[in-house]
Amino acid sequence: MSSKESPLLEVKNLETFISTPKGEIKPVNNVSFSINKGEIVALVGESGSGKSVSSLSIMGLNASAIQYKPESSIYFKDKDLLRLEEKEMRKIRGNEIAMIFQDPMFSLNPVHTIGKQIAESIVLHKKVKYKEALETALDLLNKVGIPDAKRRLNDYPHQLSGGMRQRVMIAMALACDPQLLIADEPTTALDVTIQAQILNLLRKLQKETGISILLITHDLGVVAEMADRVLVMYCGKIVEEGTVADIFENPLHPYTKGLMSSVPELYGPSKEKLDTIPGIVPNPLELPTGCNFVTRCSYATKKCSQTAPTLLQHPSGNRVSCWNPFGKEGGSAHYETAATSINYRH
Amino acid sequence: MKQQPLVSIIDIKKYFPVGSGLFGKKNHFVKAVDGVSIDIYPGETVGLVGESGCGKSTTGRMVVGLTDPTGGEIYFEGKKLSEYRAKKSLGKNLQMIFQDPYSSLNPRMTVADIIAEPLVLHKVGNAKDRRKRVDELLERVGLDSYHGSRYPIEFSGGQRQRIGIARALALQPKLIVCDEPVSALDVSIQAQILNLLKEIQKDMGLSYLFIAHGIQAVKHISDKIAVMYLGKIIEFADKEELFANPRHPYTKALLSAVPLPNPKMRDRERIILQGDLPSPANPPAGCSFHTRCPVAMEQCRSIDPNLLSTSEQSLTACLLFEDRVAN
Ligand SMILES: Nc1ncnc2c1ncn2[C@@H]1O[C@H](COP(=O)(O)OP(=O)(O)OP(=O)(O)O)[C@@H](O)[C@H]1O
Ligand SMILES: Nc1ncnc2c1ncn2[C@@H]1O[C@H](COP(=O)(O)OP(=O)(O)OP(=O)(O)O)[C@@H](O)[C@H]1O
Ligand SMILES: [Mg+2]
Ligand SMILES: [Mg+2]
Repeated sequence: MSSKESPLLEVKNLETFISTPKGEIKPVNNVSFSINKGEIVALVGESGSGKSVSSLSIMGLNASAIQYKPESSIYFKDKDLLRLEEKEMRKIRGNEIAMIFQDPMFSLNPVHTIGKQIAESIVLHKKVKYKEALETALDLLNKVGIPDAKRRLNDYPHQLSGGMRQRVMIAMALACDPQLLIADEPTTALDVTIQAQILNLLRKLQKETGISILLITHDLGVVAEMADRVLVMYCGKIVEEGTVADIFENPLHPYTKGLMSSVPELYGPSKEKLDTIPGIVPNPLELPTGCNFVTRCSYATKKCSQTAPTLLQHPSGNRVSCWNPFGKEGGSAHYETAATSINYRH
Repeated sequence: MKQQPLVSIIDIKKYFPVGSGLFGKKNHFVKAVDGVSIDIYPGETVGLVGESGCGKSTTGRMVVGLTDPTGGEIYFEGKKLSEYRAKKSLGKNLQMIFQDPYSSLNPRMTVADIIAEPLVLHKVGNAKDRRKRVDELLERVGLDSYHGSRYPIEFSGGQRQRIGIARALALQPKLIVCDEPVSALDVSIQAQILNLLKEIQKDMGLSYLFIAHGIQAVKHISDKIAVMYLGKIIEFADKEELFANPRHPYTKALLSAVPLPNPKMRDRERIILQGDLPSPANPPAGCSFHTRCPVAMEQCRSIDPNLLSTSEQSLTACLLFEDRVAN
């Protein structure tokens, strides 16, 4: 991917507020990232870290609950999605940007047949005749591997298995040839053999269509299998960003590293004790001062509890938001001030 | 070495009646569990894996006496479960923890009362003894004693699972059935809970039947693993053996489907199964896996394979390993 080409999506300083009965929270806090054409970017993090709010912001969904800081912008090609009228946004949503959710029942209408739902969304977005749209719907169902697709056109969502519903969702999302697909935990609710089918399908479709995908997941296995680039989120902030190889082979943030080593190995001898990240994710209403990870970090210093680090380019490749990142010999000095002569581990 | 199993599960079945009346079908059943046999020895962990709806929870519920088998027998320390007159007396030895720590704790009770409930039910000690025991249990699961006066809503998922574990431990049971105890938790919290369960086992010598669809967690905690498919065990093996030499085509596919957190492994050969899990209300004839099996033979459509020994550490139910099939 040439880096000179401007990104398809560019999220800049995204900062969101949601008011809850107990006070205002900031589910996404000054987040910036971009997605290039044809790229699969994974957004990974624990429950409540702000993954879904980020994706809803891009889609302009849940607009009544989410407030944005004025500095925030989300450029899709040349348009700032945060500043579009709902009418214009509707042209983009489902057309140029499509989304699939963890629970397909959330976006499928239980009282209409599969065929009707897909065809109607095609009619709406492409202005073609219903009959023609129904033909396209059949092609799509075949493309996503629904067996006996012709008969399935007349099925209602509840007549399908979980894996088939997710395929239908993918078919619907692809109906209008979007350029960006946002997939929020698309396989979390599925069994592992069905998950393998769906991931395979997404990989194949991505290759065929060159679509960009923002893949939201908490499963590091899924990230490693699918992503080109990885964003690690913690308490509303991106704490590390890098290519999939760099993130897995050379994680710089103690949180990234902690996540990786808390997954039990599937092959090789089992460890007696798993490495853990101590403690729990802080309550969004009571975030610590300084770095959000300070309460659980084994490397925290005084500085960490005073000043929040920012996401900066690290010489070893990743961007990381940490005062004491890994990746240099015994280093505890901030890399920003580190001399270029320092030998980096790895 | 040849000790007595703590729990012997022998050919248990659970059939749920379905569709009565509507299509005039009578005697139609979901065969949720259809002939499962497992021995669990003192101090060991048997993992039970398989896809959604294959009968794992139903098996677990029968083992602790929460529901009665339609057929077969479960022995606890040599005595039939059905012979324990009061179900309650089983609770002293057999406990269960559940996937959803949110719904399995009474929201109106304090944590201390929740943990003490089994003690009250079994009339163990006086109020003061119980309070002391609750404090011990809270400490055992890594919570502070002041947490006792709070309500479940004030705790995170992982903390609630700790509370569930403390309650299950209250009567010092000999076996705990853990039904997806970490599936709803974040990875970093899963690791904490898995470590806790292992530590407790080391200290108290109890046994676990550990149910999960997350194979990594099962591998980490189990000594032996049973793989279930549509109500039946299709492979049962020592953990190391199962991962080194999976024999059943379903076990192979299951292991191959797990996404590995290593981008270098991305281009490995995978076995991608076609199709969906058949409905247990209408299971295929012969081997129930034959509809998805990449190496199915003609005979698999009609012959239901037996779970037979395929090595010293493994049992497999597949015609590929049966002598009665000429090949
Ligand atoms: N509509 C809402 N009202 C109040 N709080 C909300 C709302 N939507 C999200 N939040 C809060 O914002 C934070 C981030 O939520 P978000 O759904 O983005 O998390 P996530 O990373 O997607 O987590 P998960 O892995 O559980 O899906 C959480 O603390 C959540 O409780
Ligand atoms: N009380 C019941 N009445 C009728 N059918 C039932 C009942 N309980 C379970 N079943 C059915 O029995 C089968 C096995 O269910 P069970 O809950 O044991 O599966 P499981 O392996 O635990 O699945 P999961 O991984 O989704 O928890 C399913 O088809 C289920 O729908
Ligand atoms: Mg989410
Ligand atoms: Mg279950």
